[in-house]
Amino acid sequence: MRNPLLVKFFLVFTIFFSMTIFAKEAEISSEETKTDLKTEIDEYIQHHLKDSHDFSLFSYTGSDGAEHHAGFPLPIILWDDGLVVFSSSKFHHGEEVATSGENHYKLDHGKIYKTDATGTINYDADHHASNIKPLDFSITKSVMMILITGFLMLLLFGGLARSYAKNGGIAKGVGRFFEPIILYIRDDIAIATIGEKKYQKYMPFLLTIFFFIWFLNMFGLTPLGVNVTGNIAITTALAILTFLITNLTGTKTYWKHLFDPLGDSMPWYAKIPLYIILIPIEVLGIFIKPFSLLIRLYANMQAGHIVIMSLIGLMFLFKNWIGSSLSFGLAFAISLIEILVALLQAYIFTMLSALYFGFASEEHEHAEAH
Amino acid sequence: MEKLIEDFSLGLFFWQTLLFMALVLLLWKYAWKPILSAINDREEGIKNALAAAEEAKKEMQNLTSDNEKLLKEARAERESLLKEAREIKDKIVTDAKELAQTEGDKLIKQAQATIESEKKAAVADIKNQVAQLSVEIAEKVIKEQLSNKEKQLKLVDDMLGDIKLN
Repeated sequence: MRNPLLVKFFLVFTIFFSMTIFAKEAEISSEETKTDLKTEIDEYIQHHLKDSHDFSLFSYTGSDGAEHHAGFPLPIILWDDGLVVFSSSKFHHGEEVATSGENHYKLDHGKIYKTDATGTINYDADHHASNIKPLDFSITKSVMMILITGFLMLLLFGGLARSYAKNGGIAKGVGRFFEPIILYIRDDIAIATIGEKKYQKYMPFLLTIFFFIWFLNMFGLTPLGVNVTGNIAITTALAILTFLITNLTGTKTYWKHLFDPLGDSMPWYAKIPLYIILIPIEVLGIFIKPFSLLIRLYANMQAGHIVIMSLIGLMFLFKNWIGSSLSFGLAFAISLIEILVALLQAYIFTMLSALYFGFASEEHEHAEAH
Repeated sequence: MEKLIEDFSLGLFFWQTLLFMALVLLLWKYAWKPILSAINDREEGIKNALAAAEEAKKEMQNLTSDNEKLLKEARAERESLLKEAREIKDKIVTDAKELAQTEGDKLIKQAQATIESEKKAAVADIKNQVAQLSVEIAEKVIKEQLSNKEKQLKLVDDMLGDIKLN
């Protein structure tokens, strides 16, 4: 904060924010509306964290009192005794029953249920909907973001690849910024953990996973508000790929380490009682490693989003300009930290994947050192 | 945990796996492979250039040391050549001196021998002439003396006396 201009800007910005909240306060000020606002914010955060069937950018209450959504619908693809495809605009943001052929569907908490023509959803004792859930392969907001990110990566790195050919081995353009990162992943992640001999076959996966997670994390911080990497299905898919690559490329030494960790250091009859405990632990380990990957990324991104959105929500709850500007400053600081976390989580996922690949591709002479 | 399982969307999982694998393959083909090979080529190029520079430097050093060696050798050769020449010169001079000496000696000896023989010849010639002269003188004397009897007799006596002396 050495820059006085920056301090001034920051101050004006905070005051301006508090003023708008003041203005709002004039309209709604009773205790009742405060609890309403609380639940509304809570629901909004919950809604934001979930995947959505339409790409809504923001919603507002119009002069006519009705809620309007700005954004665009996405295709719904269902498997319900045959392929069912229709636009998500039919749901009207979960307010109406979508009809496709003879089937009726309704959205409930972001999930599609098969209903009757009136859209009745039956709840069981635990408030879970008991209607039939068709298999949902819709292009949701997250899938859309994955497509956009993938397209962006292809454009960016394809361009970088072409610039090498054009400029005689020297990068040009935006890609230039990413070249040192690619080099870092190659030298300090892949070669350092897997080794000079075998790192090459893992490089495409490591580079893709790093930039994929990083970009999606960064998109999550934009006002687009997509929480892709904080979705358990996404992190599970990534972790399962790491798990498969680790175990499918596992060498003889890797499997020997798993099922005969002590080797020839003691006779077989001495090993039996130890192995009753050791082998289950080792086998459990192969599953725990990718599981920790998926939980770590999911929890970090999810938590980051919850904290930032809660702090932003707090601004509207405080309704006085000291508390609101304070929570704005806090939200701002957390956002900066989240930018770091976005990079850090991508790095950790890549680094640990590389580490597991390193274990899997271990050669015999290396194992002798143990 | 229950919430996690409920949140798990199979459709999203399916799309993520499919799209991510497609992305890995596409990026592998169109981005990572050319990028990594370009970087590798560049690094190889730099390595090779550095090695070549090192090699050139070494060669340069070798060349200078070679030059110095050659110069040293040439200097040594010149030195030895000069020394040899001096030796040859000295030898020639001494040889010439010796030869002159012996030749001179020989000449002197010959001259001496000639002188000796000339002298002998001259002495012999003088002896002959002296003898002739003496004979002539004696003849004249005898002729003179034989003109008177007395003198003839005396002469015979003298001669006889001479023979005895010889």
